[in-house]
Amino acid sequence: MSGELLRAEGIGKRFGGFVALEGISVSFAAGQLTSIIGPNGAGKSTFFNILSGALTPSSGKLHFRGRKLNGLPQHRFVHQGISRSYQITNIFPDLSVHENVRVAVQALTVSYDIWRNRARLTELQARADAALDAVGLLGKRNELAKFLSHGQQRALEIAIALVSEPELLLLDEPTAGMGPEETKDMVALLERLADKRTVLLVEHKMKMVLGLSKRVVVLHHGRLLADGAPDEIRSNPEVRRVYLGQSEGYG
Amino acid sequence: MSGPSSGELLAKPAPGGLGRLLDHRVLLSIAVLAILPWLLPSKALAVNVLIYGVVVMGYNLLFGYTGLLSFGQAAFFGAGAYFTGIAIGRYGVPWFAAVAIAVLLSTCLAAVIGIVSTRTRGIYFSMVTLALAQLVYYVALQASSFTGGENGLRGFTVDRISLFGLQVNFLDPVNKYYVLMAFAGLAMWFQSRILNSPFGAVIEAIRENEQRARACGYDVERSKLVVFMLSGAISSLGGCMLALHLSIVPLDILHYQTSGMIVMMVLLGGARSFFGPFVGAASFLILEDVISLWTPHWQIFVGAIFVLFVLFLPKGIWGTLLDAIGVGKARP
Repeated sequence: MSGELLRAEGIGKRFGGFVALEGISVSFAAGQLTSIIGPNGAGKSTFFNILSGALTPSSGKLHFRGRKLNGLPQHRFVHQGISRSYQITNIFPDLSVHENVRVAVQALTVSYDIWRNRARLTELQARADAALDAVGLLGKRNELAKFLSHGQQRALEIAIALVSEPELLLLDEPTAGMGPEETKDMVALLERLADKRTVLLVEHKMKMVLGLSKRVVVLHHGRLLADGAPDEIRSNPEVRRVYLGQSEGYG
Repeated sequence: MSGPSSGELLAKPAPGGLGRLLDHRVLLSIAVLAILPWLLPSKALAVNVLIYGVVVMGYNLLFGYTGLLSFGQAAFFGAGAYFTGIAIGRYGVPWFAAVAIAVLLSTCLAAVIGIVSTRTRGIYFSMVTLALAQLVYYVALQASSFTGGENGLRGFTVDRISLFGLQVNFLDPVNKYYVLMAFAGLAMWFQSRILNSPFGAVIEAIRENEQRARACGYDVERSKLVVFMLSGAISSLGGCMLALHLSIVPLDILHYQTSGMIVMMVLLGGARSFFGPFVGAASFLILEDVISLWTPHWQIFVGAIFVLFVLFLPKGIWGTLLDAIGVGKARP
């Protein structure tokens, strides 16, 4: 085994008559950062939603560490070791920053217990604080999440996804809506994350993607267009035609 | 990591004196309820505050803490009352056992209604709970050999109860109040238990962001069903208290107007606050008491006050008060 973590075989998704994805076969090795790119409507988000269990594929198979994922309800995916962030900030606004992350890690151990005191689950609190520390938010732990800046909320979302210590971390446009300064911080954070775990990234910002990733997968009209190292992608004529050429590429 | 002690220190947002006081919210609430009969114009009003306080508190678990707007809570209030009355009057069950059986059966009813209703969301959830609760109303209306139909359930007077070998005259208003207060205390302890537990964190997460809670790994549908049953169980205890208090069960308590009143009470007092339901029940009942003395159209005035609250004090009386003295934020 070459450390294959996730394998998708012939994944397709239809919404009524509309074919969003067709015949996507791709596998991801453990321990590297792979980006999925493609023009708007290429099917990136649909593919991501399938990988995280939010959508069930119309056809094809998903294997994670050799186990079949098809048919599992979405909430079981975290327990398998797949965790995600969203393109549009998706946090618990009226809870404290700390509680946002604490409740996320709690999901792995207790859900229905009403006889214990959650304030005494100190190990969970420590794990939550460690995750906040990793994204640089420990100083904000007692603030309500809704009062954080946009960039901080994005970082909080990553902490929520990270705290379960997933084997596969799916990040949907973590720099969406960010200014250059915040983007720089996020890129530094992503580099640190990619050192230790397998990260799958959907991104628009080409320059950033090509700099960060070990491998790039290009989707176009719901099909797999190209798959390779950033340099191969950069020089691939097909990719240049549908994607990069439009705006000199590096937008 | 810098040792468990600093983690422990960080874990609490350093509450002030008032905040620490609220760590004992159950005892504080019981203390307030203990002097209530001497603050209100009548003992009967105080008993009603106890009863509706418990019903609304159970509802607050569902509406305030989980964010599920049900219009059918009267079903469990009524179920608790009817099951208690039927158990005592028809089957001669001792009063305390009757209460336990009634809560158990009402929780089963909540499971049935919950299985159907928690599959839906938003306005559909509200409508399904309303419809199913009305179904319960019509069952009680039609099954008159069991329930007394339109006349309500009668014939199960509890006048003397024995507590730890002691014979207590239950017709004495003061005795009755403190016996029922023990039930309210039990309900408050249970509610506080739930809110402090890991499950209490789950329902808040679901209220805040259902999609994110699911992505975090929570079974949202099952959690909603569990909280629906817990909420129904607590509200049904209020029904048991009503049956013991009145010695009759009026059919009206199953009607959707009762559900509406429960919603109004929780909003008046303050959803998402622990003691708010009792404040809401007290305010509503006092308003009704006072205004109905000089006009039979008291509902117009109560309705107007309710609208003002929704517009200007969305956190209700108690929630606004807690915010004003700066202890509202940190509480679950």
